[in-house]
Amino acid sequence: MKSVLHHFKISTFFLSLLFVLIFALCALQSGAVELNWHHWSKLIAFGHTMLSSEGLAYSLDGETYVLLHLRIPRVLLGVLVGASLGLSGALVQGLFRNPLADPSLLGVTTGAACAAALTIVLIAEQRILFSVEARAWLLPLVSFMGAFLTCMFLNIGATWLIPSSFSGLLLLGIALNALGVAVIGLCTYLATDEQLRSLSFWTLGSLAGANWTIVPVLGLVLVAVYLWCRTQVQRLNALNLGEATAASLGVCVPRLRWTISVMVALLAGLSVAFCGVIGFIGLMAPHLARALVGANLRALLPISMLLGASLLLVADTLARTLVIPAEIPVGIFTALLGGPFLMLMLRTKRHRVG
Amino acid sequence: MRRMTPARFPETLAFLMRRRALSRLGAMGALAFSQKIHSSSHPDHKQRIVCIGAALTEIVYAIGAQSYLVGVDSTSTFPADAQRFPQVGYARSLSAEGILALAPTSVIVTEEAGPPSVLRQISAAGVAVEVLDSEYRYEGLIKRIAVLGRLLNHEAAAVSLIERLNLEWNQLHLPISAEASIISAPCRVLFLFAHSTSRLMAAGAQTGANAMIHYAGATNAASGYLGYRPLTPESLVSARPDVLLMTDHGFRAFGDISSVLKIPGVMQTPAGKNRHITAMDAGLLLGFGPRLPFAVKHLRSQFMGVLDS
Repeated sequence: MKSVLHHFKISTFFLSLLFVLIFALCALQSGAVELNWHHWSKLIAFGHTMLSSEGLAYSLDGETYVLLHLRIPRVLLGVLVGASLGLSGALVQGLFRNPLADPSLLGVTTGAACAAALTIVLIAEQRILFSVEARAWLLPLVSFMGAFLTCMFLNIGATWLIPSSFSGLLLLGIALNALGVAVIGLCTYLATDEQLRSLSFWTLGSLAGANWTIVPVLGLVLVAVYLWCRTQVQRLNALNLGEATAASLGVCVPRLRWTISVMVALLAGLSVAFCGVIGFIGLMAPHLARALVGANLRALLPISMLLGASLLLVADTLARTLVIPAEIPVGIFTALLGGPFLMLMLRTKRHRVG
Repeated sequence: MRRMTPARFPETLAFLMRRRALSRLGAMGALAFSQKIHSSSHPDHKQRIVCIGAALTEIVYAIGAQSYLVGVDSTSTFPADAQRFPQVGYARSLSAEGILALAPTSVIVTEEAGPPSVLRQISAAGVAVEVLDSEYRYEGLIKRIAVLGRLLNHEAAAVSLIERLNLEWNQLHLPISAEASIISAPCRVLFLFAHSTSRLMAAGAQTGANAMIHYAGATNAASGYLGYRPLTPESLVSARPDVLLMTDHGFRAFGDISSVLKIPGVMQTPAGKNRHITAMDAGLLLGFGPRLPFAVKHLRSQFMGVLDS
């Protein structure tokens, strides 16, 4: 029985991985600019000259440039952000033992958005203080800090206001959410026309900002967080049994909760910072993964990362290709995929319980 | 042969669900793949321009450089001929790849266009991105025409267009100064940007609507703040507008004049009491393109029309 189950989970893992690869290849091939193997071979030749350190003489033609600097980073960013959202969703759902939890429920996403909105309206005007290059990094940094501070506050609140209560933390998250939305609303009111424009770019999630600077940053963070999760899987699973049980099994619950929150802040904060608010992936991917491999986080975490990546890739590819040469905000597609999917999951879940 | 025991049932369901989910995802991937559109490549050495901004597209047509166009944004709907070009989306949410696929030699945008990261990507790809300032004044229009004429090698056409516009503009200003002396208190106009009663916005100072109201010889009733602001019934009453100016699209959303009068506060203003409500096409009113003298003339006649009635 156990080996059958194990086999099933392994095959699910490889199937999910295969799907991510297939979707990534589809995404790389589809887009406004037509690409064929010739451009790929050119790209590889370009890579060779770059490696042999005489690279700068080799100039890229239009299509190969699109492939190297637009298409590939965007697909990679889609995979990374999807996986980050999937992983942070799974962590948060584990933390709250609530399948409807989501980084946005905690107020983490709103905290990030709130910090960025405040920056745009209050600080970004000081053009002397920040050069153009610095300002490009200011917003990601600030929105990550916003997510991080929200998490810190959640943990302090969880210890002092509502000790050892999961539902209390959830309610605190809702309160923080309301606060953040109010501040964003105030910023929108105070913003000038120009600021309002950058506010809306930023709150409408999009992967259009992908480049070779943010992809490695997000990649490193994701790998680091995932490796940490691998070492903590036993404790995270114990937490799933309930806080008291986890404590009796020797888990230092407050510390674990604190670390999970920091990890979630890293993942959600950075995703929000680079791509804006992209909903539903963090809710959908772990849900789907749980239906496939069960609640054991050892299998659930990688599967929900892979599913998150697949879902976001599909959504973004549709967003890029349906109205060529224009583009539809990707959030519309994640919601279109996510809403019905969630309803379906709820229905199946009810049948299973019944 | 495996027996179906109750304990095994959830896994079987999960397996079935996996099959269903995966087949669905596969279908989506295939859909995305089939959406590829072949981009044509033209080998000629002519300029290829993607023009972002309704007014800029209008200027390109007015100086006769439309043969250079290969794409426009979704707001470029005038002249109607501009609609035959591929639309690269809304000016504020452009797609780098979509624009690069049209193989432009340069992309001409107003300050409003974005997102900035996309504009950076386009210029990093070696395509010149020309950002024209979008000053909401007649002088700004003249400057834009001159710059476009230079960029598109249509300087002679640009100069003659500017001369023609200057002529129209001066003609326009002779009678208004005479009228202004006749009308002792200029009429107060409030530009109401609204599609429903719950979201009313009014144009304050430093907006295109403010400039147009002044050019037409009236004063802006909401000049106490900058930009567009939500309008409360109280501030509507205290603004005391003699005329309410709306966009055609906004007016149609309300349906008729009686539903506009039902907006809280409107009946307490001179404009509401006298039913002085007028609407104009947003592209013409706020475009600041080569039709500016015509738009000002049109707006003024509309003000005269409602005040006479």
